[in-house]
Amino acid sequence: MATDMIKGEHITKSFEGRTVLDDVSVQFDKGKTNLIIGRSGSGKTVMMKCLVGLVGLDDGDIWYNDVCFSRLDFQQLKAIRQEMGMIFQGGALLDSSTVEENVRLPLDLFTDRTEAEKRDRVDFCLERVALSGVNHLYPSELSGGMIKRVAIARAIVMNPKYLFCDEPNSGLDPITSGVIDRLIAEITREYKITTVINTHDMNSVLEIGQKVVFLHEGRKWWEGTRHDIMHANNPELEDFVFASAMAKRTRKTTSRRSEKHPEAVMQQLF
Amino acid sequence: MINRFLTDVGRYVLLMGKVFSRPEKRRIYLRRTINEMEAVGLGSIVITAIISVFMGAVVALQMSINLEDGFIPRSLIGYATRETMILEFSSTVVALILAGKVGSSIASEIGTMRITEQIDALELMGVNSAGYLILPKIVAAVFFFPFLCILSILVGTTGGYAVCALTGVLMPGDFIVGLHLDFKPWSIVYALIKTSVFAFIITSVSSFFGYHARGNSLEVARSSTQAVVASSITILIFNLILTQWLLI
Repeated sequence: MATDMIKGEHITKSFEGRTVLDDVSVQFDKGKTNLIIGRSGSGKTVMMKCLVGLVGLDDGDIWYNDVCFSRLDFQQLKAIRQEMGMIFQGGALLDSSTVEENVRLPLDLFTDRTEAEKRDRVDFCLERVALSGVNHLYPSELSGGMIKRVAIARAIVMNPKYLFCDEPNSGLDPITSGVIDRLIAEITREYKITTVINTHDMNSVLEIGQKVVFLHEGRKWWEGTRHDIMHANNPELEDFVFASAMAKRTRKTTSRRSEKHPEAVMQQLF
Repeated sequence: MINRFLTDVGRYVLLMGKVFSRPEKRRIYLRRTINEMEAVGLGSIVITAIISVFMGAVVALQMSINLEDGFIPRSLIGYATRETMILEFSSTVVALILAGKVGSSIASEIGTMRITEQIDALELMGVNSAGYLILPKIVAAVFFFPFLCILSILVGTTGGYAVCALTGVLMPGDFIVGLHLDFKPWSIVYALIKTSVFAFIITSVSSFFGYHARGNSLEVARSSTQAVVASSITILIFNLILTQWLLI
């Protein structure tokens, strides 16, 4: 079995009789940016919360390598969670703590490093996300993009094996979204992390989606790479991918051109 | 309704189990406790003092009106003011006021952290979020509220003395005689024990409602209100139990 791989088997979850995830089996590979895409309400966030253990499963199992994560007790869960980093939709930085305190919290609680070592590590992580010199600011003093970058710095401070990102681009402009996407992809490559990203941003899919899982009405509808997605023969996926006016227009143009030069069009897209 | 009450009691006990499990790093918890003492304790000094001085003054005035019989020594006004402040006002009434001030603040702080996923973020880091967030608040309140109780007793009796001196309803010397009359040190111990128990109730019950808040800001507001109501009722019930147990 490959190392640092995450595998979900027959994941099922309901809330008050409403099935949100219905028998979803999926595998996320090491060193790749694995994307979960789907419309709002398709079960992406619940899926991610199941993967990290914030929501219990009704049925099925989740495996981190050969460890059955969904059957661990509290202490074992705590131990494996120190190998995870997560970027929440709103950043989820602690409001009452400064940027530095937010990033260094896991170091304070779980390591025996000296003050100087901790400070160096925090500075390194903040530098890695291009945020040097904001150590003493509070989250309320940061912009949306900065909050996301601090959240990334906090997520990587303990050198995690697994990185989870819940809609990291929500509320950001397209340029900042691109910056965040590239940063996550770079970090994934650099540290060989298994990264799972929830998104409905097609730019992210085309830019960093090495593996893409499409959820529809709580079921896994399609799975493939960003290269496959443009010509997947799946009506629900096509509706999702080409939902925006710009995508529809691009599709019209590219389909005309791709009849003549299919490879040139694909190269242009990726 | 009974079913829901029992479920909540069970969830409260489970939460307290998590709160009092072994801290990850004692030093970090100690630092947080000191910060909480500032927020929970120091921040309540002014309101406690203001309420106590007026309450002491009012108690003294009312006593003077009700003890106008010539056969009752006037010095009993000082005695009654002291006993009222020690036995009931500085512990129970101040606790009810702090349940409103501190309790709602704790419930809304933790509730907001819940709905903005800050608690999930802590859990994801492997932090015992209940212990990290709630334990310092409980420890800070249990240690600091008795000081507020003593402050309230001192300021309240001073208020009673001042109103007697200023209005002339009683000679200040008589008020002092009353203050010394039949003083039982156990009353102070009783008040301090009650205050510590009430401090635990306020912080733990409010944290419970905040920690289990779900949804949006309206839910946080509701959990904050529920926290104050539940803390106040629990304080009144425990006031009765502790009085029966410690004084009778």
